[in-house]
Amino acid sequence: MTDAELPAGVERREIDGETRLATRGPPVYGEPTADGWRAWDPGRSKLGGMFELGFETGLSGGETVLYLGAASGTTVSHVADFAGPTYAVEFAPRPARDLVEAADPRDRLFPLLKDARTPERYAHVVESDVDAIVQDVATRGQAAVAVRNARFLADDGRLLLAIKARSEDVTAAPETVFEGALDRLREAYEILETGRLDRFHEDHLGVVATPR
Amino acid sequence: MSDTDDDAAEGWFASGSPAGTEAAGGDGALRARIAAGEADEPRDWPGLAVDSGFAESRDDYYDRLHEASVTATREAVRERERADDKQLVHAVRAMDDCERTANELAERAAEWAGSLFDGAEPGIEGARAVAERDPDGELERRAVSLAARVVDLAAERDALAETIERTAPAVAPNLAEMAGPELAARLIALAGGLETLAKKPSGTVQVLGAEDALFAHLSGRAPSPKHGIIYTHEYVRNTRPEDRGSAARALAGKLTLAARVDHYSGERRETLHEELRERMATIRARAESGNAGAADDTEGDA
Repeated sequence: MTDAELPAGVERREIDGETRLATRGPPVYGEPTADGWRAWDPGRSKLGGMFELGFETGLSGGETVLYLGAASGTTVSHVADFAGPTYAVEFAPRPARDLVEAADPRDRLFPLLKDARTPERYAHVVESDVDAIVQDVATRGQAAVAVRNARFLADDGRLLLAIKARSEDVTAAPETVFEGALDRLREAYEILETGRLDRFHEDHLGVVATPR
Repeated sequence: MSDTDDDAAEGWFASGSPAGTEAAGGDGALRARIAAGEADEPRDWPGLAVDSGFAESRDDYYDRLHEASVTATREAVRERERADDKQLVHAVRAMDDCERTANELAERAAEWAGSLFDGAEPGIEGARAVAERDPDGELERRAVSLAARVVDLAAERDALAETIERTAPAVAPNLAEMAGPELAARLIALAGGLETLAKKPSGTVQVLGAEDALFAHLSGRAPSPKHGIIYTHEYVRNTRPEDRGSAARALAGKLTLAARVDHYSGERRETLHEELRERMATIRARAESGNAGAADDTEGDA
């Protein structure tokens, strides 16, 4: 957990007397700010949690990113702050309303009201060979979504995925759910790292993978 | 737009005017294509857009994409949020919130009023009586004013209920007739929309609103729930307990068909309502013949 692992544009800054992950950009959801830096709360963001827990994300800053399950734009706004062109896919209209407002002042963040399960519906907008796919969708079949979207990822790109056990099966043990999801992922990806995000997100597994 | 089978033809910008023609952002065709277009595979769209002359540079391309995607998505969100079944969902949820809040505040108002006035009654009606009083002094003024808010909230709840009565038949004619406007609106709200309701199997519709019981059942802690929110329907509630499962199953089956007809065709279908009436008559006849679950009729969802 050293700063060396964080991409350029993500720093640990002193905000409200605490050292916190932060990126530079216009505020989005009332997060604390200091000197133009916005605190990135790992308790509200799976990717923030992965950075905080020291995952090797392979991100160094300036990447082209496809973000699946952008919701209100909490996490993707931070991603757009340090990454390059960022495509944000969200299917539900209500959160997408907020996502559009987060995207408006960020000239390299492109909001799309699309279903991550049907990539054909946005393959005419999202470019090929993106450097990273970040996925945080809370529907059943999360691994299948990642497999279907592998077509967008460059050969040396990274998939950064948070699997929510309860979205797959509320009654099964999380470990069983994660096993099944990882098996499905291996159809298209090589798994580089996994780790529970429980310190910040209960029953979530963080996964870093690269196309096979 | 060029009709060549050129690589850029599949991209969202295929119909766009070339760079520098000042049409960016105001170009409805581009926005429509972002919303409705498709492609089998992604490509190097920024590079192709520059090659085809749509953009002067990758930066210029991204600028145009930003403007077009923000505008297109804003429009798509607005359209989806205005769809009538979504409005119905807002109305029914707002009605529930008003009712719950009114009841909660009524308790507080009654407690307060009881300490100031003789004979203060609990509930909304109690608040109505307090609200009509002539207050004396600051504390009484506040207590009476609070009771007045309760009355207003209760009135808002009733107004919302009337709106639902009027809107639900327009949004889902068959469902509203079969379930009543309020239950129809609740089913749509629980499913998240008329389309999602139409796509649910009838077994799911049967237990909508009984998620806690259903998950308890799935984890092996409880028997399966027989009915969810459809319990409020006269056909279920007023059927004797032994036959309620059958009644709930029959009603859910027809409600699901009603939702499908409403979503996909929108026309009223009388046969659906007749079939349900017949089926319910058969189920209720069991009570009169005195033997529950007898083989005097065929079980089934239809």
